[in-house]
Amino acid sequence: MRDGAHVVKIELYVNREGRSVVARPADTLLHILREELGLTGAKPGCNNGDCGACTVVMDGWPMKSCIMLAVEAAGRQVTTIEGLRDTPIQRAFAEKWAFQCGYCTPGFIMNCHALIQNRPDATDEIITDWLQSNICRCTGYKEISEAVKSVLVTGKDTL
Amino acid sequence: MSHMDHLEVVGKSILKKESPDKATGRAKYTGDYTESGLLHAAMVTSSYAHANILNIDTSAAWQVKGVRTILTGEDSHVLTGEEIRDRPIIAKDRVRFFGETVAVVVADTEAAAKQAAYSMIVQYEPLQVVNSPTQAIRKGAPLVHPNLGQYKAADGVNPIPGTNVASLIKIRKGQMEKGWSDSEVVIENTVSFAPSDHAAMETRSAVAEIRPDGHIVIETSSQAPFAVKKYMGLYFNIEPGWIIVKTPFVGGGYGGKAAIQLEPIAYLASKAVGGRKVKIINTREEDMVTSPGHIGLEARVKLGSTSKGEITAAEIIYWFDGGAYNDKSSDVARAAAADCTGPYAINNLYCDCMTIYTNHPYASAYRGYGHAELTFAIERAMDALAEKLGMDPLELRTMNIVTPGDTSPTRNMLNSSNLGDLRECMRRLRNLSGWDEWKVKQVDANKVRSKGISCGWKNSSMDPNASSGAIVSFNPDGSLNLECGVVEIGTGTKTVLAQILAERMKLDPSQIHVKFTIDTAITPEHWKTVASRGTFMGGRAVLKAADDAIRQLLDIAGCVLRVDPEDLEVGWGKVFVRSDPAVHVDFKDICYGYTYPNGNSIGGQIIGRGHYIQRQMTYLNPETGEVGPEWNVSAQAVEIELDISDYNYKILKAISVIDAGKVLNPKGAEGQVMGAMSMGLSFGNRETFIFNDQGIVLNPTLRDYPLIRYGENPEYIVKFIENPCLEAPFGARALGEHGLIGMPAALASALSRAAGVHLNHLPLFPERIWRTKMRVPYDTV
Amino acid sequence: MIPFNFEYYEPSTIQEAVHLFKVLDDQGKHPLYYSGGTEIITLGRINEIYTGAVIDIKNIPECSTLAIHNEKLILGCALTLSELHDSGLFPLLGETGAGVADRTSRNKITLGGNICSQIIYREAVLPLLLTDSEVRIAGPGGMQQVPINQIFNQKLQLRKGELFVQSITDTSYIHMPYTAVKKRKVSAIDYPLVTIAAIRTNSMIRLAFSGVCSFPFRSQMIEEIINRHQIPLQSRVEEAVNHLPAPILDDIKGSAAYREFVFKNTLFDTIRLVGGG
Repeated sequence: MRDGAHVVKIELYVNREGRSVVARPADTLLHILREELGLTGAKPGCNNGDCGACTVVMDGWPMKSCIMLAVEAAGRQVTTIEGLRDTPIQRAFAEKWAFQCGYCTPGFIMNCHALIQNRPDATDEIITDWLQSNICRCTGYKEISEAVKSVLVTGKDTL
Repeated sequence: MSHMDHLEVVGKSILKKESPDKATGRAKYTGDYTESGLLHAAMVTSSYAHANILNIDTSAAWQVKGVRTILTGEDSHVLTGEEIRDRPIIAKDRVRFFGETVAVVVADTEAAAKQAAYSMIVQYEPLQVVNSPTQAIRKGAPLVHPNLGQYKAADGVNPIPGTNVASLIKIRKGQMEKGWSDSEVVIENTVSFAPSDHAAMETRSAVAEIRPDGHIVIETSSQAPFAVKKYMGLYFNIEPGWIIVKTPFVGGGYGGKAAIQLEPIAYLASKAVGGRKVKIINTREEDMVTSPGHIGLEARVKLGSTSKGEITAAEIIYWFDGGAYNDKSSDVARAAAADCTGPYAINNLYCDCMTIYTNHPYASAYRGYGHAELTFAIERAMDALAEKLGMDPLELRTMNIVTPGDTSPTRNMLNSSNLGDLRECMRRLRNLSGWDEWKVKQVDANKVRSKGISCGWKNSSMDPNASSGAIVSFNPDGSLNLECGVVEIGTGTKTVLAQILAERMKLDPSQIHVKFTIDTAITPEHWKTVASRGTFMGGRAVLKAADDAIRQLLDIAGCVLRVDPEDLEVGWGKVFVRSDPAVHVDFKDICYGYTYPNGNSIGGQIIGRGHYIQRQMTYLNPETGEVGPEWNVSAQAVEIELDISDYNYKILKAISVIDAGKVLNPKGAEGQVMGAMSMGLSFGNRETFIFNDQGIVLNPTLRDYPLIRYGENPEYIVKFIENPCLEAPFGARALGEHGLIGMPAALASALSRAAGVHLNHLPLFPERIWRTKMRVPYDTV
Repeated sequence: MIPFNFEYYEPSTIQEAVHLFKVLDDQGKHPLYYSGGTEIITLGRINEIYTGAVIDIKNIPECSTLAIHNEKLILGCALTLSELHDSGLFPLLGETGAGVADRTSRNKITLGGNICSQIIYREAVLPLLLTDSEVRIAGPGGMQQVPINQIFNQKLQLRKGELFVQSITDTSYIHMPYTAVKKRKVSAIDYPLVTIAAIRTNSMIRLAFSGVCSFPFRSQMIEEIINRHQIPLQSRVEEAVNHLPAPILDDIKGSAAYREFVFKNTLFDTIRLVGGG
């Protein structure tokens, strides 16, 4: 039943698994991921679409899960940080010291991961355009830049 | 056996122990905590900066399904505050700043709690607003705290009842009359900036429950779980043994999470629902204005010097905007007062440092603890003096910096251990920044480039009895567990402490298991994870714990090997005879006692314990001084490119040279400094609360309160010199805050030079430069 | 966390959407059409918007159209700003849209959502105004196609229950010289102090603005002034300021006086960039 009720059952595909949840249509995807599915990697940094800490990948594209309703994600492929395991970008974040407190990290990694998948040849301009969607308060961004460029095809030469 | 030389582990960029957890989203923060049956709290916050609360109509809120309780100021008479007990947990009768907590709803779901909170109708009677320190000290200004005289104040806090002065500190040194008569040139400069925010990515949160046996368990995103335990006990008259505070990873602190604010709310909420577990998590808006932020400042600095540039006198007045409640602001001001001159040797000094109450969101600690603030005031004045003298600003500074043999503003004798080597930092900065070409350079028709410098120093302010403890235990494989009270807030300190332990034990750091979560019931206390003291104090405690464990290892190994323990050494997981390493016993065979072939056993679990308390700390006494631990120093520069047609600018390069004493983890240290520089530049360039004339914060979101984003950062250059502090572990000095301290001042210096005007007010929006240039006055917005 | 509840509907045809709106409205549910939904979620969270039912139009095929037919570019209202940018089919719209919010948010923010937003900037409308585009509006009375310059006055003048479905742009405009310049207060990601979009037709520069006043607009008067080529550009720019349709915006992003300064600079730069000034 998708239409009309205050509580609905939603079939989600998260990290390659089918998950059935009961939610209010007014619930954001972020809320459902964290509170119903226990996937707390995506963070509620602002719940306003401003900081990017809640970024997940949906059908290949980075999305801020705080400005998306869970019902909108029905039938789409959602990947959260918990769905990545030992990817090059995760290794690069650790090896390049691209985080301190770690709170923005899942969002940054998901955005970087989508960038690498979609635009492996991304120029500096595109990297900046994409990564300006996320805020890191701890680093000065230099390490994040090094991490993403170490994985992108284009970045490898410049490091 | 691989052989490790001296300092095999310390000085290496060992990857952070928490990296795998953080790169996979598995690292848990307080707000990640959830369980079925958990209740949720939501706040109603004040829409006025100063008003009487006439009535709170909760009837509609009670109608929302799932509401369990509603709390208002009537539910607690406790006043809180570490320095002055001036703040109710929930506003009572009166609100004193925009965003102050007025009521708290507890409900089954977050949505129900929010819905009920939005259903509450609060009637206010607006009062005249105190919207700046200047307004606060005017004759006839409304009093933010008419009962100031009745509040309890801690030692060293000097409130002036009947005024808006929360604390006044006077620093006096030398003879002012002589200082002024020796001076041939005098300048006076004023600066200001409004309160702003820490903007940690994790908003603050707390979960509280009261167990049937009476234990109060609070999980909190705190930099100071041990202080939460102490003060909760004090505020509610509970023996601290009944209070257990837990802290997992913390998503950025910068001082803001050293304040105690949500914990008492969560406790009251839990108490009101029979001790059930209640969670409260700040919205971003609440985190910005309801929880404490970064202090504001108005300052006037008057300097006198000889015509050659030797400073002969300084008169410094600081009016810190501590906001509506004191929290730590008078202590921030105390720290600023103690180092009020910046790193310059000034023998004739007059400083009044005031913490002022206003109707602004209140201030807590903020990275740098008053030092970026005082540095902005002092360094702008130094630039003004250099300009008046026609001197190279770097020359003027070099001529006046403190060196061993000088005294601090509070008349402490400085030596090469308790004072970093600023002269060497400046020498390095001069080369790195290409300072010899410091004058403004034209790039094209509209663009000019220029540089600015700043020098900084900072002592680590802390309670004189602040201490740190560590426990080292063993696993049956001979590896070690390290437990200490430093909270992992992003600084990587626990990895550094593991390195220190590995170094002392001569072990591979992978053999050290670190416990991240703090549980005050069992974790040895570390005063607070603030003031860049984690490595210093925690490191000393860890070394002592290691030595304690080593002594026990040697004792039992001496029995097993039948040698005098004094002939033994530890290393590589073994205890061995110094002169004949082949004679050895493995840690794993003795750390849980040794069993002889026939089954007889001796010894037992080895548990190393260590603690550290900073020596000779005293309360600030303006007459006799404050023996702080040590003054650490930095020299910094910023290069910018300004478009003189529209006053937009780019920050091209930012440089820090810091005396680190000893760099324990180079990548970690560099990251701390770059991050602090980024924060300082963001503060200087764009961060401020924007108040309207009624004291309302108009920009409490990350949309309207911008932070530096990817690609807006300059090129960073970070260099360390290593002039050891003899009391610190391996000589390592504090460095987590120093990257921030000089950035606003250096940025203002570079921009002032490029724009040809004096920029003394932060942040340096292009509009601000345009207004200064065009002499268009600034109104409140 | 949106504090209130609402119902969620996902119609697959326009007729169904329009009908649903009527039914839900009659039930007193204050329905809203939901495209990207970012504004409904963010304003809903702080209780500044209320709805008892949202009608998600993203699954209606017409709303996601991205096609050229008979030299007309048809863009569905539910296309995201990122899709518009990446398609490259309408570079001026792509670039103007790329100034809104940040890239990840633009993966969600749609053309229709931006143009119909409560937030005053609605920058995606500027290229449509400049290119004399038409818009298809669905309503209780069926579908109508109207010139945007006729129906957009400060905002899209929709009656209750009407839905902006598509924009239609003559492709001849798409290859004309264009520029879009956005000036912000200080940050790379922010609302505009001033956004100016411009195209140059054979004889004329056309100009549309956001951020200058409390609504976006295209001004014939300003275009006429700017196209007086016999007068020095600086004078034309100075004169243009006198013909703004409303007072210059004065808010936390910039005072009116500073905005005027930025407006003049940006206008000057825009005209030089688009050429023919």
